[in-house]
Amino acid sequence: MAATVPPTGLSQQAAPLKRLTGAARGDQLFRLVLTICAIVIPVLLLALVLMLVRGAAPAIARFGLGFAATKTWDPVAGQFGAFPMIVGTLLTSLLALLIAVPLSLGVAVYLTEFAPGFLRRPVAMVIELLAAIPSVVYGLWGVFVLIPLLQRAVFPFLRSLLGFLPFFQGAIYGPSVLAASIILAIMIMPFIMSVSREVLLAVPNSQREAAMALGATRWEAVRTAIIPYARSGIVGAVILGLGRALGETMAVTMLIGNRHDSSMSLFAPGYTMAAAIANEFNEAATPMHYAALTYVALLLFVITVLVNAAARLLIWRVSRGGVSGAKAE
Amino acid sequence: MMFRSQPRILRLAGAVLFAVTVPGALAAQSLTGAGATFPNPIYTKWFDAYSKKTGVQINYQSIGSGGGIKQYTDGTVDFGASDGPMTTEQLNAVQGDVIHIPTVLGADVVTWNLPSLGSTKLKFDGPTIADIYLGKITKWNDRRLVALNPGVTLPDQDIIVVHRSDGSGTTYIWTDYLAKVSPEWKQKVGFGTAVNWPVGLGGKGNEGVTQQVKQVEGGIGYVELIYAASNKMPYAAVKNAAGNFIDASLVTVTNAAASAVFAANTDFRVSITNAPGAQAYPISSFTWLLVRPNMKDAGKAKAMKHFLEWMIGPEAQEMTANLLYAPLPKQVTALVAVRLKTLKANGRLMM
Repeated sequence: MAATVPPTGLSQQAAPLKRLTGAARGDQLFRLVLTICAIVIPVLLLALVLMLVRGAAPAIARFGLGFAATKTWDPVAGQFGAFPMIVGTLLTSLLALLIAVPLSLGVAVYLTEFAPGFLRRPVAMVIELLAAIPSVVYGLWGVFVLIPLLQRAVFPFLRSLLGFLPFFQGAIYGPSVLAASIILAIMIMPFIMSVSREVLLAVPNSQREAAMALGATRWEAVRTAIIPYARSGIVGAVILGLGRALGETMAVTMLIGNRHDSSMSLFAPGYTMAAAIANEFNEAATPMHYAALTYVALLLFVITVLVNAAARLLIWRVSRGGVSGAKAE
Repeated sequence: MMFRSQPRILRLAGAVLFAVTVPGALAAQSLTGAGATFPNPIYTKWFDAYSKKTGVQINYQSIGSGGGIKQYTDGTVDFGASDGPMTTEQLNAVQGDVIHIPTVLGADVVTWNLPSLGSTKLKFDGPTIADIYLGKITKWNDRRLVALNPGVTLPDQDIIVVHRSDGSGTTYIWTDYLAKVSPEWKQKVGFGTAVNWPVGLGGKGNEGVTQQVKQVEGGIGYVELIYAASNKMPYAAVKNAAGNFIDASLVTVTNAAASAVFAANTDFRVSITNAPGAQAYPISSFTWLLVRPNMKDAGKAKAMKHFLEWMIGPEAQEMTANLLYAPLPKQVTALVAVRLKTLKANGRLMM
């Protein structure tokens, strides 16, 4: 703002310049409009935070920060704790990333480096199409296709193979933390894939050619020259996926089993913060129930802000410490 | 139409004159309400039929019982609707300025998924259901279930409990019943539209519960009678307070309301779960409209009263059966009719 010179001085000088005055006024008006537009966003954010804090105030006063570490969720007794939901939210998102990132990166690398030319565009288009499917459709597909499959084949197989781990023990219900994580993975894959593909496409050919010229194989070129060059962009893609996973509501609530409890077993039902809000807010029984759910919303907001801040930091460090010329997307 | 050939000003004057000479004319009225989703189909039908009959527009948003009570309390609607009666705390929030008017009856039924049983109908009693939902009975061939179902070969299978994940009037009826038949349930869990479930999976809405029960062998869940009946789901006979196993039906649900005891000055916030009648289905409940006893707007007050009188009359109550709602028993409509006479408009009784 300080950098601009007020154009009013010009208008006083000479008649030929008079025409400029109008233009300058127009410019000023335009600038004012744009400034207002820009201010609206932070104001909205502030209003959102204020509303959340105000709505959550009774619960904050009553439960304090211990809210995030308490397990009980009892609307009848008025006792609320968000620990299982916070764990559920982070766990499903991280598991989803664990499944989605290698797969999406694999596809992105294949599409930019290995796939025959006629395949690249159509496959990329199909992937982008996947990103446009509404989450309730993913949820329905999960309910009718994924859950029976997991229940009958995948979960029993996992239990017999990895049953010695506490994560794969216990009764198999179908709706579970693992089922929700898998649907989340499928939902965030298109985002990670298409962004990483764009990033990899932006890697200059000289980078590839240089690696090849030094005798690198295709795989070595990808590993040593291309991926490192695109690192910060890929991290950005992953964070985009994570952000989507943290906030995803509909598909998760249809598949996670909606249980205010946290168990070591991934076969057990759980809960996420977004799913709990969607389920309970409409019919919240008491004012404290409302406040507790708003508190959950506030915590979810804080968590997403923290994740985004961490991501910025990560991208910043990766792009500084990485290969020179790395491009943050 | 009759003013068509006259100048506009005359038409306007005529309209004003009409409005002045017929104070509180029903035709000019509209009412807004919000609340319970369970009775929405019958309310929609009633409001539509009533509007065709009288011209009074009634706009109803089925946003859920909790939302209905909240909007009523905030004064943003003319009337509310709820599947569970307002709690003492909620009544205090409106300074007791509300009358609960029962409209129709609903019931919860127990449904299950045991393919090995085919179409065999199961029997339950209250304490057994409570212990299943408390996680104390975990197998289908538990001796208490076997004793309740002689001649049925119950499998050696885990019971997978399914409940509602969203707050719901259905859950209110269910937990209200369990709290009555099981002291342990009352003490550990209590009752409400949402509770702290000791065990089980949560499904959103009747359809969510149904889908999870259908998917997991050994599943058990509770849904509304209407939902179960219209989806041809199996549901159990439940032992009532008189010791009889009763199938849920429109008749047995109405029986439950008929056998409930009302004080002469009742506020209608009466729970009819575990009702004493010999042929009463035990997991039944009223659903209510929340009405202001003294509305400021005389026109609205009159329209509201007129609608309610019509609603408890034979014409409206006969519409319930088609939509599978159990109608109010005669005893209750008689009590409601008496109570409607006390409704006031701006502090004065209406003729």
